[in-house]
Amino acid sequence: MLPLIEEEVVEVHGWITTAEYVDILAIAEMTPGPIAINSATFLGYKVAGVLGSAIATVGVVLPSFIIMSLIFVFVLRFKKSPYVNWIFKGIRPVVLGLIAAAAVSVGGNTFVDLKSVLIAILLFVLVTFRDLNPIFGIVLAGALGVIFF
Amino acid sequence: MFFSLFITFFKIGAFTFGGGYAMLPIIQKELVEIKKLISEEEFMDAIALAQASPGSVALNTSVYVGYRIKGLKGAVASTLGSVLPSFMIILLIAMYFFRFRNNDFVDSIFMGIRPAIVALILSAVYQMWKNSRKTYIKLFASIATVGLVVFTGLNPIWIVIAGAASSVIYHKLYWPFQEERER
Repeated sequence: MLPLIEEEVVEVHGWITTAEYVDILAIAEMTPGPIAINSATFLGYKVAGVLGSAIATVGVVLPSFIIMSLIFVFVLRFKKSPYVNWIFKGIRPVVLGLIAAAAVSVGGNTFVDLKSVLIAILLFVLVTFRDLNPIFGIVLAGALGVIFF
Repeated sequence: MFFSLFITFFKIGAFTFGGGYAMLPIIQKELVEIKKLISEEEFMDAIALAQASPGSVALNTSVYVGYRIKGLKGAVASTLGSVLPSFMIILLIAMYFFRFRNNDFVDSIFMGIRPAIVALILSAVYQMWKNSRKTYIKLFASIATVGLVVFTGLNPIWIVIAGAASSVIYHKLYWPFQEERER
């Protein structure tokens, strides 16, 4: 999604420069939520103020909403079909693999030194075996970041 | 129900630093484990469908999970809830703190959060694996998926399709044969 956004707003429409786009990406990565949606919100503001950011956000969310609505109706309609059941059975282990692969790609340039490895191990143990809520986990990790780095 | 679903997703949307995938372990914890609004398997199905659709995987998952819990109302609540926090935060940053990006304090917070996101995702994977009916074929499929995505950069949609197709073929061809043999 991100290269597509760059192509459209920098090359096709010339709303912002490449340098501005890089700045926007940095902010979009730091704020919670999906990066593509965040950068659309920010971009909308740069181009057309508060209204622009609202319109850009709705624009990027609406296709997802419509497509998932159609898929939900479709799945509901064919829920009893053995094929749908088999398809989901086959997909679940793949999904597990995809999520694990996401951890690898997020982790790519995350582990800069031993301290970051220790934070990851500590959080894994607390959340998995001590039932720490992940939201508190993120707050705790942010605090550890301030202490360690 | 509408409001409580909105609040839950608002909470999820407000704390998923580190991109969309960080959202998944929190949705899993809040909605599957704590509130038990959907089952582990339904959650995985939601992610599969989200992955196979265009757009952000986390947002697609939220929309679908909302539908699953409370129909169209639920989907509206989950979508608004997961989008609004970042919308408001970004608007504030865009309006007042654009320089916040070159801030050492913010950087060090993220130095701590990034490894935590990896840990949270792996913890969710571990939990989902532990709670599923384990077989060697499933284990193989999961590990092969990780390998293909990480080392070949293959588009995940093809692996999803391959998983679905091989399961349909397996159940269609192998199972009737098994039943005949047992008889």
